[in-house]
Amino acid sequence: MPRISTQTSAKSGDLLLLVGTTKGAFLFHSSAGRERWKVSGPHFPSYSVFALAYDGRQGRRRVWAGAQNFFGCALHSSDDFGVNWTNPETPSPQFPADAGVALKQIWQIVPGRADEPDVLYCGVEPAALFESRDAGLNWSLVRGLFDHPHRPRWQPGGGGLCLHTILPDPKNRGRIYVAVSSAGVYRTDDSGRSWKALNQGVRVDFAPEKYPEFGQCVHKIAHHPSRPDRLYMQNHGGLYRSDNAAESWRDIAKGVPSDFGFPMVLHPHDSETAYIVPLAVPIRCVPEAKLRVYRTSNGGRSWEPLSRGLPQKDSYDTVLRDAMAADSLQPAGIYFGTRSGKVYGSRNEGNSWQLIRDGLPPVVCVKAAVVNGLPDSRKPASSKKPRQGSGKKPARRAATRA
Amino acid sequence: MPVVFHIPGPLRTFTNGQSRVEVDCSPSTVAEALHALWERCPGVRYRVLNEQGDVREHINIFVGEECIRYTGGLDTPVRDACEIFIIPAVSGG
Repeated sequence: MPRISTQTSAKSGDLLLLVGTTKGAFLFHSSAGRERWKVSGPHFPSYSVFALAYDGRQGRRRVWAGAQNFFGCALHSSDDFGVNWTNPETPSPQFPADAGVALKQIWQIVPGRADEPDVLYCGVEPAALFESRDAGLNWSLVRGLFDHPHRPRWQPGGGGLCLHTILPDPKNRGRIYVAVSSAGVYRTDDSGRSWKALNQGVRVDFAPEKYPEFGQCVHKIAHHPSRPDRLYMQNHGGLYRSDNAAESWRDIAKGVPSDFGFPMVLHPHDSETAYIVPLAVPIRCVPEAKLRVYRTSNGGRSWEPLSRGLPQKDSYDTVLRDAMAADSLQPAGIYFGTRSGKVYGSRNEGNSWQLIRDGLPPVVCVKAAVVNGLPDSRKPASSKKPRQGSGKKPARRAATRA
Repeated sequence: MPVVFHIPGPLRTFTNGQSRVEVDCSPSTVAEALHALWERCPGVRYRVLNEQGDVREHINIFVGEECIRYTGGLDTPVRDACEIFIIPAVSGG
């Protein structure tokens, strides 16, 4: 298996771009200028990697990956940017025996709130939420959602019956939103014990009842950390915004060539600004064979196409639900990958784009993160001031090459 | 007499690199034979079976030349000194 590189020499302040494909993961990194990119991979060759995440809490530099192939799927983590990955004998997460179902795919990995540095969430297929409270060593099924009376009536979308989005509310400790295709949006206000379907105003085009309590094929939801009661949704058909913590939704699909699409990404510093990639129906490729990102800068009252640097003819591209991300730099960077294996990036908030990489397998996941600094206790010896009397070796997590 | 397990390449991470694992046991079924393998090489278990104990969709297990999907699944009877092959199915693209 030819590899681009196994090394990702990212350092503090660098931008890390995690790209999951149907045949492995690729880790890109760049300086904060984001002009030139280095890449390592494929990590997990032959595995589909639909979920990636970076956890920089408590001085970690941990990359998480959910990888799947013939032999099942499992979470793996790396503390050295993919040189070594954990590969535990007993993979996790796993459904308990009495659940009566088995894990098919990991769709989402999300670090918990900053003040809960050992909390992680994982969304899977069949649709369920898992939680870890020990930094990913052990995982438990969130029974409040799994035992919800609606669950036996949830129907799979084209991608399967998947819980693909998890949004912990940064200001309300007990509140988490999840999105399930095709069940809709659910919210807990008591840390997962009970869940409420919140799909009022969201249209269903594929059932006789157009506005049911649940059963919506939500493709992605997003909220802004500074204003978490405002959410944006890219639905199977329809773009929506809620200003009341998902209690109700209103249509904001004015000025887009199609209200069908998958990703929904918010600007890191402005809750009025969001990015989507509309897709034409029924082909589900970009309209008019022109690859255009659409941006609203006013909370969805209007949308503008962003096409500078993107192919404007003969483009039959599709951007999937998790294949778009924003970084947290100034100006913000926006990134997306396509089913045709291209990765594009903008370092000026979408005003212009550059092709970062072509020729990858179909891209299903893109995540961006700024590499954090290491606490003194984890810095390499050469970068620390000499200390007397410390003969301790740094703790290492058990890791094997995946 | 030992049961001989033939391990596919991706799972040899969990068998110290061995393609062939011999386990001294006297199983009466494939399930019992596999249980003995899990005792020796626990990492193989959940790559072959899912958490509900079912053989994964794209994994085939052969006793000799017979695929257990057609001979009773995990309840397929086995004799001493049999050879069991764990082989990924032909699938994918």
